[in-house]
Amino acid sequence: MKVNVVVNGQERSAEVEPRLLLVHLLREKLRLTGTHIGCDTTSCGACTVLLDGTPVKSCTMFAVQAEGREVTTVEGLAANGKLHPIQEGFKEEHGLQCGFCTPGMLLASKALLEENPDPSEEDIRWALSGNLCRCTGYQNIVNAVQWTAKKIQSDSAATGAS
Amino acid sequence: MYPASFDYLAPATLEEALDILGRYGDDAKVLAGGQSLIPLMKLRLAAPRAVVDINRLPGLDTLATEDGGLRIGALVRHKTCERSELLGGRWGTLGAAAPLISDPIIRNLGTVCGSLAHADPQGDWGSALLAMDAEVVARGPDGTRTIPLRELFEGPFVTSLAPTEIITEVRVPDPGPSAGGTYLKLERKVGDFATVGVAVHLSVADGRVGRAGIALTAVGPTNLRATAAEEALAGSELTDEVILEAAEMAAHAAHPYSDTRGSADYKRQVVQVFTERGLRSVATSLGAPVQAGSPGPVTSEASLEATRRQDYFSGERTLAGVMEELEEKPGGPDGGAP
Repeated sequence: MKVNVVVNGQERSAEVEPRLLLVHLLREKLRLTGTHIGCDTTSCGACTVLLDGTPVKSCTMFAVQAEGREVTTVEGLAANGKLHPIQEGFKEEHGLQCGFCTPGMLLASKALLEENPDPSEEDIRWALSGNLCRCTGYQNIVNAVQWTAKKIQSDSAATGAS
Repeated sequence: MYPASFDYLAPATLEEALDILGRYGDDAKVLAGGQSLIPLMKLRLAAPRAVVDINRLPGLDTLATEDGGLRIGALVRHKTCERSELLGGRWGTLGAAAPLISDPIIRNLGTVCGSLAHADPQGDWGSALLAMDAEVVARGPDGTRTIPLRELFEGPFVTSLAPTEIITEVRVPDPGPSAGGTYLKLERKVGDFATVGVAVHLSVADGRVGRAGIALTAVGPTNLRATAAEEALAGSELTDEVILEAAEMAAHAAHPYSDTRGSADYKRQVVQVFTERGLRSVATSLGAPVQAGSPGPVTSEASLEATRRQDYFSGERTLAGVMEELEEKPGGPDGGAP
């Protein structure tokens, strides 16, 4: 059957079997390989994407369920050659080691900051508890989210003041 | 992992959905959050001929009180419950359980009613709602019926729901003006299934317990009610003695088995500790804290004995245990040989 999804702001469509998982639609049909398949058993969160702004595990959703909805993947974060603040944060604070969990971490963090622009360390750890980093680099991931929260706040203060 | 092929249907009305279920008989599955169904399908533990996606059905996302009771519609996500300010106080059992369901990303999609229909004995909602005497509303080809949760759960992953029926909502009866509850869960890490979970719900009137609900997760073939403990609590004053007695009764109601999460003995002890803790915490939240009496030894001789004789993780007897048992036999380990 045909599925129409807005991916990173672009209307995309593909002919799929109902059993095709959303992550396979993204990676294989749309060639967006930034979304990683980690455990494939709904545990690790490496495949996290935003569905209408909400983080979901794309290995645990059929592509056909995303019909008419908006999906954001890691490829949709940077715009006009400029990194998204959360990407900057991960870069500045070295919030990654091997990088495999990073796309999922970025998207889950982005969703957290949109809901709670000033999260405590506990809020961050709680929000990211569905995303596993097997390098165990959690401390720097938390630092990266905190860095980003401050950056977004100071940026918006600067815009507000000007 | 790829699930087996299936027909995907996303009806726009409940009537249409029921019609599809009727057409496929027992070979269709209802998809709400999909956070249990899809993993099962990927592992091919489930391979339905049709998947009926109910996410487009209108009017199933209600989370609200009505006539003193509570209604949770079939499309209410765990996250909605976690964020709801409604689920404190009298509905505290539910409010405490919601943030402990799986992990935050799964909670964005998974649904309360889907969890009940899945009937995993390790499911948290089953206990929280069982303790509150909830019932599900099921629509089928012959109309609507309500099923109390204690009659819904028949065994691991087995319910009394007909394959042609859909749970449209779960209803929790009015707990009365003065009530409270909590849910305690032991898990190895976020997102893991419960090693043990205990749901506690109490209503009080005139300084005495009115209704008591205690339900247990992951220690039996279904979510279990600790009926003896509930009966002992009902009508009594909540004293230290009553709490300890109820906790012991709850432990007796548990039928855990040993697995990688802990031995049967260990899980039974956790039920006892959690029931006690839960009852004390609810008593405190209702403004009548019950202090613990003089503390006994933290580790009893009996539990030390049990630890030595039984492996902590597998529950199997240790070599030391086997030797000690032999020594206790008349005649000792050598069978009375001179």
